[in-house]
Amino acid sequence: MGGKAPRALFDKVWDPHVVLTREDGQALLWIDRHFFHEGSHHAFNQLKARGASVAYPSQNIGVADHYVPTRGRGGAIADPAIARMVAQLSDNAAQHGLRLFDLASPGQGIVHVVGPEQGLTLPGLAIVCGDSHTSTHGAFGAIAFGIGASEVAHVLMTQTLWQRKPKRMRIRVDGALGTGIGAKDIALSIIARIGTDGAQGHAVEYAGSAVRGLSMEGRLTLCNLSIEGGARCGMVAPDRTTVDFIRGRPFAPQGPAFDRAAEAWLALPGDADAAFDREVALDAGEIAPIVTWGVSPEDALPVTATLPDPTRAADPAKAAQIRDGLDYMGLHPGQKLTDVAVDRVFIGSCTNSRIEDLRSAAAVLAGRKARVPGLVSPGSTPVKRQAEQEGLDRIFRDAGLDWVESGCSMCVGMNGDLLAPGERCASTTNRNFKGRQGKGSRTHLMSPAMAAAAAVTGHLTDVRELLKDRAS
Amino acid sequence: MTPLRIVTAPACPLPMANVDTDQLIPARFMSRPRSAGYGDFLLYDLRFGPDGEKLADFPLNDPARQGAQVLVARRNFGSGSSREAAAYALVDYGFRCVIAPSFGDIFSSNAVNNGLLPARMAEAEVEALLAWLDNGGREVTVDLETCRVTAGNQSWDFAIDPVWRTKLLNGWSDVDLTLSRADEIAAFAQGDRTRRPWAWLDGR
Ligand code: SF4
Repeated sequence: MGGKAPRALFDKVWDPHVVLTREDGQALLWIDRHFFHEGSHHAFNQLKARGASVAYPSQNIGVADHYVPTRGRGGAIADPAIARMVAQLSDNAAQHGLRLFDLASPGQGIVHVVGPEQGLTLPGLAIVCGDSHTSTHGAFGAIAFGIGASEVAHVLMTQTLWQRKPKRMRIRVDGALGTGIGAKDIALSIIARIGTDGAQGHAVEYAGSAVRGLSMEGRLTLCNLSIEGGARCGMVAPDRTTVDFIRGRPFAPQGPAFDRAAEAWLALPGDADAAFDREVALDAGEIAPIVTWGVSPEDALPVTATLPDPTRAADPAKAAQIRDGLDYMGLHPGQKLTDVAVDRVFIGSCTNSRIEDLRSAAAVLAGRKARVPGLVSPGSTPVKRQAEQEGLDRIFRDAGLDWVESGCSMCVGMNGDLLAPGERCASTTNRNFKGRQGKGSRTHLMSPAMAAAAAVTGHLTDVRELLKDRAS
Repeated sequence: MTPLRIVTAPACPLPMANVDTDQLIPARFMSRPRSAGYGDFLLYDLRFGPDGEKLADFPLNDPARQGAQVLVARRNFGSGSSREAAAYALVDYGFRCVIAPSFGDIFSSNAVNNGLLPARMAEAEVEALLAWLDNGGREVTVDLETCRVTAGNQSWDFAIDPVWRTKLLNGWSDVDLTLSRADEIAAFAQGDRTRRPWAWLDGR
């Protein structure tokens, strides 16, 4: 590889993974890490049907998260269907000799939290998982994307995937973020701007001073939501923040091997004159706390706004979308977002369940009571332990929220953590799709601080109001 | 997989944007094995009411649209979750092609891996096709050789990645092709262990 043309971060990561290129332009891409969860049963069944084995077992890592209970850990799982899903994962991992973070593992958690936390996720890797939010891992400067079951089977059998190189898009966010505003607000602002299909077919690189200024937790949140803008993947160039985060993690290289690796990682940022197919720029200073009001992540507005009126929409398709969203969500045009009462809050999911997320929610909740019930599910068991050491669990409990174990939980409800039909939830998750948190559920996406604010007041609230009297 | 060349069959309109994979197949149905079939659960919460009764005004329940093999939807079809079960549900229901202005990337590759054609057509043309169906039009022809959709006396081009087109036309799956290159992959892997030792987990 190489060549003289200036290369973007994406190219510098992509090129060393190309095993071969076909004349039709498809590249056979080497995959460094494949994470799998309970949903992998379809793929393992495809292996069984072929009598095939896993080609490179060390590079495939299982995590129990999608179906795991968040309460009553330690005993047997009560629901037989859920127990079967979790047991199936263990069986498949054992049969093929694959590493597994199961329920009993001290490192258990949501796959996109576990990978970075354990040092399995590193810059310069190609990472896949049968889950669309695999884009999360791009925060390290990895190419990371979600795949379907047939592709999962393909990776298990060959450790490769056929891919066409996507187009390149750069999203720059420059300037300083206001108080109480974080990566979730940046991400939702981007999606509101470009639309849920705005980045389709593109690999996105996030750049600019506001992105550079984010912690790894913030970058993970930002990259996590790349898929909600339709992107193939999202990336942030590795820097000192990245390297410092990785040092000393269990599966990261250690000692001199780490130093050599870090040198390679820090050479990955793109050339200054690399070309992008598309550029988008946002001013960080203009970003307000954002909430979604409809049934698509692009239905996002500053919390200070009022709901849109379909009769004023530019075209009939947009009008239909607004009408459908308002109707499903039980809202009306012109209503103030801050007047929308919520029934419940959920703080968790691979988007916002890391230690920094819990700290920012706790900062709002400290010394206050929640007016509505809610669930706080940390992103992993290590995050849970850390939060307990910091006393955050006490803040959540004292406020009246449930502090539970780690898993996907109410992000997707597969483990039974569900909203009732019609219930409205202030949620730190990533999808406000119809029925995502249970049949008939109504989801408003927002940051952990904003969800905490909604818990305190019982309605959508500008968190900045609640932070005024607090030293930060 | 069954090769797909030309489909002449009833089409069903789904005049909605952003039909995500959570709607195509709600998460609660995804634990069943593939062999049990997913067609009954396609778009379940839009098709059926709280007591499992068919919702009369949902297009898929329209008696005139029975036997549909082509689905026509608005932009960003199949966005969201990577669940391949969304493609299983469409295929098991009987669909062979979805026409829309744009598709979720992961859904598109899942569709192709299941012999389902994601045909991209310009937004105005999709609207014209939806209008034609709304006016009582029924059967359409989707020709993958020529990449044309014909409805009554109207006809439009559609787009599909040429590699996917070839795969669908021949009913190929990737794995056999890739396994035939196992030696090249092994040689690559061996070199990679020295080039990028930090990327490897064995021994760690
Ligand atoms: S938390 Fe939600 S989005 Fe994240 S991996 Fe789990 S189900 Fe997927």
